[in-house]
Amino acid sequence: MMTSKMWVTMGPQHPFSHGLWTLKVKIDGEVITDAIPIIGYLHRGWEKECENRTYPQIIPMADRLCYSASMTWSHVYVMAVEEALGIEVPERAQYLRVVADEICRIQSHLMWLAAMGTDLGNLTVFLWSLREREMFLDLFVKLCGQRLTTNYPRIGGVRNDMPYLFERDCMRVVDLFEKRLWDIIALMDDSAIFLSRMQGVGRISRKEAANMGLTGPGMRGCGVNFDVRRDDPYEVYDLLDFEVPVHKDGDAYARYAVRIEEMFQSCEIIRQAMAQMPDGPVRIKVPRNVPAGSHFARIEDPRGEALMHLISDGTDKPYRLKVRSPIFVNVSGAKRMVLGTRMADVPAIMGTIDMCLGETDR
Amino acid sequence: MSFSDWVNISDPLANPNSPYGVTENIPYSVGSGLWEIIGGILAWIINMIVPGNRLSPWLISDAVTNALGLVLMVVVFFAVIFIVNLTMIWIERKVLGRIMDRRATRIGPLGYLQCLADGLKTFLKEHIMPDKADKKGYMWAVSIVIGSAVLIAGMIPLSPRWFLADYGTGLLIVFGIFAVSPFMILVAGWAQNNKYSLIGGMRAAAQMISYEIPMLLVFVSVVLMAGSLNINDIVQFQMDNTWFIIPQFIGFVVFMVAAVAEAERIPFDLPEAEAELVEGWQTEYGGMKWGLIMLSDYFRGYVACALGVIMFLGGWALPFMDELVIPEIVFLLKVILLFFIMVWARGTFGRIRTDQILNIGWKVLLPLAVLNLFIVVLLKMGGVF
Amino acid sequence: MAGDDFYEAPTVEQVIQLIGDRFGGDVTVRGSKERRVFLSAGRERIYELCEYIHDVLNFEQASSLSGVDWETHMQMVYHLSNYYNGVMIEIEVDIPNDDLRVDSVTPIWEGANWHERETYELFGIVFDNHPQLERLLTPCDYEFFPFRKSYKLRRAE
Repeated sequence: MMTSKMWVTMGPQHPFSHGLWTLKVKIDGEVITDAIPIIGYLHRGWEKECENRTYPQIIPMADRLCYSASMTWSHVYVMAVEEALGIEVPERAQYLRVVADEICRIQSHLMWLAAMGTDLGNLTVFLWSLREREMFLDLFVKLCGQRLTTNYPRIGGVRNDMPYLFERDCMRVVDLFEKRLWDIIALMDDSAIFLSRMQGVGRISRKEAANMGLTGPGMRGCGVNFDVRRDDPYEVYDLLDFEVPVHKDGDAYARYAVRIEEMFQSCEIIRQAMAQMPDGPVRIKVPRNVPAGSHFARIEDPRGEALMHLISDGTDKPYRLKVRSPIFVNVSGAKRMVLGTRMADVPAIMGTIDMCLGETDR
Repeated sequence: MSFSDWVNISDPLANPNSPYGVTENIPYSVGSGLWEIIGGILAWIINMIVPGNRLSPWLISDAVTNALGLVLMVVVFFAVIFIVNLTMIWIERKVLGRIMDRRATRIGPLGYLQCLADGLKTFLKEHIMPDKADKKGYMWAVSIVIGSAVLIAGMIPLSPRWFLADYGTGLLIVFGIFAVSPFMILVAGWAQNNKYSLIGGMRAAAQMISYEIPMLLVFVSVVLMAGSLNINDIVQFQMDNTWFIIPQFIGFVVFMVAAVAEAERIPFDLPEAEAELVEGWQTEYGGMKWGLIMLSDYFRGYVACALGVIMFLGGWALPFMDELVIPEIVFLLKVILLFFIMVWARGTFGRIRTDQILNIGWKVLLPLAVLNLFIVVLLKMGGVF
Repeated sequence: MAGDDFYEAPTVEQVIQLIGDRFGGDVTVRGSKERRVFLSAGRERIYELCEYIHDVLNFEQASSLSGVDWETHMQMVYHLSNYYNGVMIEIEVDIPNDDLRVDSVTPIWEGANWHERETYELFGIVFDNHPQLERLLTPCDYEFFPFRKSYKLRRAE
């Protein structure tokens, strides 16, 4: 039988892409024989733009790097600046940042779970996940006054202390969420259809994952036991007791399972941080100008390892600010992940990368 | 001559031209009665203007009453199915809303008018056709898809007194026309000159052909057991003996799975898998054409459920009763019950992959359907039925 | 690097010691602190250094590669990390303005691929032996390098 291969351009506006990017796939029947990821539709020159802004002005811009992980992005930025200033943040502020980060991680993972549900053809998962996510966005509203672009961390602390009864609200939400998450897990894991769509597709070996520079849940799904929070602790993560979920299969289901377990661990971290939270100031005065030097900070973003490399020249504006986005690196390995799978697997595989184009294109 | 000389409702069965003979047929009665009123009023008015003309008596003659009564009968019949379909769409939205913990449609009483709003919206949309599309294929294929769906919906009787035609090969024709649309979907997918719709069309053809076979095997076992292709006879046989779901439970399950696949609903909606194929074979259809495609999907869903009810759930009969009690309503309630199961599946499952769907079709459903056929043959040979 | 020892999770002291032994004066240790090593290297031996760090010191991941325009010269900064104890190595490589070339490390770390393409399109640094050195984020018909200091934003007069 004569067969011919054809290029299908999936994107930039395509239901699977969750943002503006293109995956050109060459298909033989339905089997993918070649793939080219194309990004850059959202390139705004973010790093160049920062060179013309003062340090505090960049915090809200860092929020805009990713709509569903804005907290961690502004966090890693202020960490890099604090590293350059050589200052120690008050302990209460560190705990508040940890709590905010973990809330951000849970809501980002829920956003991913919602998108994953529609990628696999079920809208119920989408709506249930977004229902749970609302609770965490409400916590953000109480803590920072915003749902998505939170603008909460400050150089030398956080913007404001916890509002009245925030701890109680936080505990209630976390307790309720831990119960409700099982509903979604039951919907996904008890269904042979979801399992057959995720198990065994997009398999990456540990060696490949390391070489591609995969980070985050994608890396931990391949058997790499590494988490920046545990192995390179920042803020007060070394005082908290939590587990790092690791799966060895390296397929889409492993990445899914890692994210689900991470949500439970984040709940645990929020509980511990709230219990240990000391009294004290939440912010200290910092000088306007940053001494010259080259510094970097890295953090465990919901999507992987976020790194900011800051070069300061003694003025109130950075000389160069480089952002290492986890998705930027993860998606460069897209070809290797989709090769040999079927076209119907592309949403399932790319869904587990958890695309966010704002940080990818910067 | 007075009004009552022109408008008088006679017994439709007394009409010598009636194609239904002495069988009671409510849509025909309604249609012919409607014409007697409309035509009678027309004739009366014309006679007032031009007394003694020859048109007025012709309008209320038996032949004309029969012919136009048949036309009105089709309109009545279709209107009922159409309203049933709108109700099914409404039920799907409401049930999905309940499953997904959200508010569903809210226009009109209980949100029922959302379908009308959607229809109006799609109707007002611009007609856009790709420049390089194959015009004839583009238009005709989709017309046949929609037309065949409506046609088979019209061939399903709601009860022994509510039907368009009662003929010996009832189920065979329904299944035959049911199988037409996959090929037209393939043509439509090709004619749009779009890669997504081409892949969707190929998927539709592969999927439907492989699900057609277990479905037909189940159909054969039902016909074998009932000893007739006529829908009325099959239902009558089930009333006399037992509903076929009891001896042929495997067949029922196989039929329902295959029916979901034939109706292109989640979890078998691969031809229009929106995650990877945008909208599958419907990608380039817009406006009212797309609206009609969606409606025809529901017509096919209705037909699939109606066939399931006729073949396994005793049609319009109630359990443990020999009498028929408002059979049309009973039938439609059973159809909606089966449809509810389809909606439930849609709210719960994800979408299956292409190779998996073919595996299920050929490696699971086909052997089960053959097993079902064996059981039927054994029962038949053992003289149970 | 057959025949060399293999260190699964070298500590900061070990990293400094081993690299000092191996590369001598070609690699300068600018400093170190908890879980961080800061190095400077000449661009001639950068590929060799990276290969050593990857193969022997088991730094499996290239976290980030950034270009810096110092106007007098360009600079590449490599951030390398391992998957075991969170140690990170930062290497600075100076590149003269009149010969903007450096060896690509993509053959060692595939994850460096897009970082190098990005640096190429934004700074104009050419990476030798890169498998596909094309523009990634900006349109492919761009003729200038927007992240150089000579490229002024409109607002910054």
